[in-house]
Amino acid sequence: MSVRRVMGTETEFGISVQGQPTANPMVASSQVVNAYALSVLRARRARWDFEEESPLRDARGFDVSREVADPSQLTDEDLGLANVILTNGARLYVDHAHPEYSTPECTNPRDVVRWDKAGELVMQDACRFAAAVPSAAPIVLYKNNTDNKGASYGAHENYLMRRSTPFGDIVRHLTPFFVSRQVVTGAGRVGRGQDGREDDFQVSQRADYFEVEVGLETTLKRPIINTRDEPHADPERYRRLHVIIGDANLSEISGYLKVGTTSLVLSMIEDGFITRELGVEQPVRSLRAVSHDPTLKHQLTLHDGRRLTAVQLQLEYLDLARKYVEDKYGADADEQTRDVLARWESVLTRLETDPLLCARELDWVAKLTLLNRYRDRDGLEWSDAKLHLVDLQYADIRPGRGLYNKLVAMGQVERLLTDEEIAAAVHQPPPDTRAYFRGRCLEKYAERIAAASWDSVIFDLPGRDSLQRVPTIDPLRGSRAHVGELLDRCETAEQLFEALTRP
Amino acid sequence: MAQEQKQPRRSSEDRTAETTEAESAERKDQLDEDIDAILDEIDEVLESNAEDFVKSFIQKGGQ
Repeated sequence: MSVRRVMGTETEFGISVQGQPTANPMVASSQVVNAYALSVLRARRARWDFEEESPLRDARGFDVSREVADPSQLTDEDLGLANVILTNGARLYVDHAHPEYSTPECTNPRDVVRWDKAGELVMQDACRFAAAVPSAAPIVLYKNNTDNKGASYGAHENYLMRRSTPFGDIVRHLTPFFVSRQVVTGAGRVGRGQDGREDDFQVSQRADYFEVEVGLETTLKRPIINTRDEPHADPERYRRLHVIIGDANLSEISGYLKVGTTSLVLSMIEDGFITRELGVEQPVRSLRAVSHDPTLKHQLTLHDGRRLTAVQLQLEYLDLARKYVEDKYGADADEQTRDVLARWESVLTRLETDPLLCARELDWVAKLTLLNRYRDRDGLEWSDAKLHLVDLQYADIRPGRGLYNKLVAMGQVERLLTDEEIAAAVHQPPPDTRAYFRGRCLEKYAERIAAASWDSVIFDLPGRDSLQRVPTIDPLRGSRAHVGELLDRCETAEQLFEALTRP
Repeated sequence: MAQEQKQPRRSSEDRTAETTEAESAERKDQLDEDIDAILDEIDEVLESNAEDFVKSFIQKGGQ
């Protein structure tokens, strides 16, 4: 493989009810999700089907017993919280005390960013619909990862991987990559420490919330490598690597490089291509040290005694990736793989010269540039509330108020996608995964769909006593190439089901 | 007249260097103006009471 594989993101948004700081965030999150469901989804709302979920399965090969699991780890029990599937194949729901959007399954980094950005539009619409309810206080959502008072919430990535790859190899080769990739993928934060008690800028939103190297938890003792093993695909062939260390990105280039470079490194791990020793001493402490030095001069100590900055360590991975792509594909490498390599190199080269040269591309640099301008003009210290406000409001998803969106409107940000492409992805599924089947079914036969999930669509058909479950266990089946013509042809869910089950 | 003679003759290189300097100063002024314009626009959308806003932005932990 290359940068291409089955993958997607899930984002928990920060939520605030204007003028009501003590409002219950679970209630507010449900209002947002329900308002969207009521306004956009026709006919009956398909339930989420939890049958295949196993959040306590561990990639190391054992199950955590339910009695010892923290209640916050239990996501598979339908708690009655809002949970819907959209016609673009995405899932919109309430997780813990945040509205969350999971992209449909995509096959390339550009599509992941496209459907991830579509999630921001879904949330914008959801807030608008929620505000239309008489006497409702306006709800504002933030695509960030911390309130700077001790709480953090996630922006996860999921990558389908070969089951045959030893998990130890993933831990060994991915840990140094994750310690260093924040120089490209970080979203920037004013404040240090989990509760933000120290006043200063850092590269990443999430770095201070990671406490162990490897583990199953996602809400406490967060690990650099998460071991949740819930493939939503044939478990004999695949695992799903659940990555919890990333920041939520507003910048399309940051998000594209985050997913593209990670997918490429995973390919090298699957093919046993990384033979160089790149392990870093004290990964958890190093992760924070890199984040806490926006000049990017901090030197990491490698197991072999070498001392490299995070940018230099990323350059080692880039060098390997160039050789890997050249060895494996030569001139036949696909366009996105070549584009990811070229942009990665360009960004790293400039980060080494002067990080501020990447202000048009990377979230943390764009944010820092804006903060520095305020510091220069108004003589502000890092403790000043205005700088904290700029940090928070950068992630406000409203087009007229969010500062990232303002920078876009002022032409200060490099784009990867057009507004039209993102808007279309609010309703259309990606064409080349099972999300196509799921999304089209929701669009065309909504009144006959009782439930759906990543690995199934469940029909409630007239004249049949029991529900009919159509499994979608292979993420690459159910694409437009497989079922597009069939879905076009079948006017009713009954016709579709008969065609699918005909011997 | 005598004063004029004291003026060192400028080589064309000096003139080029001076022009470049002037141009870059002009560019910097332009850049500063652009930055001011950006901050002015951002000022217009920033929440009005920064202190209250930041204090009341409280989230429950998530994943």
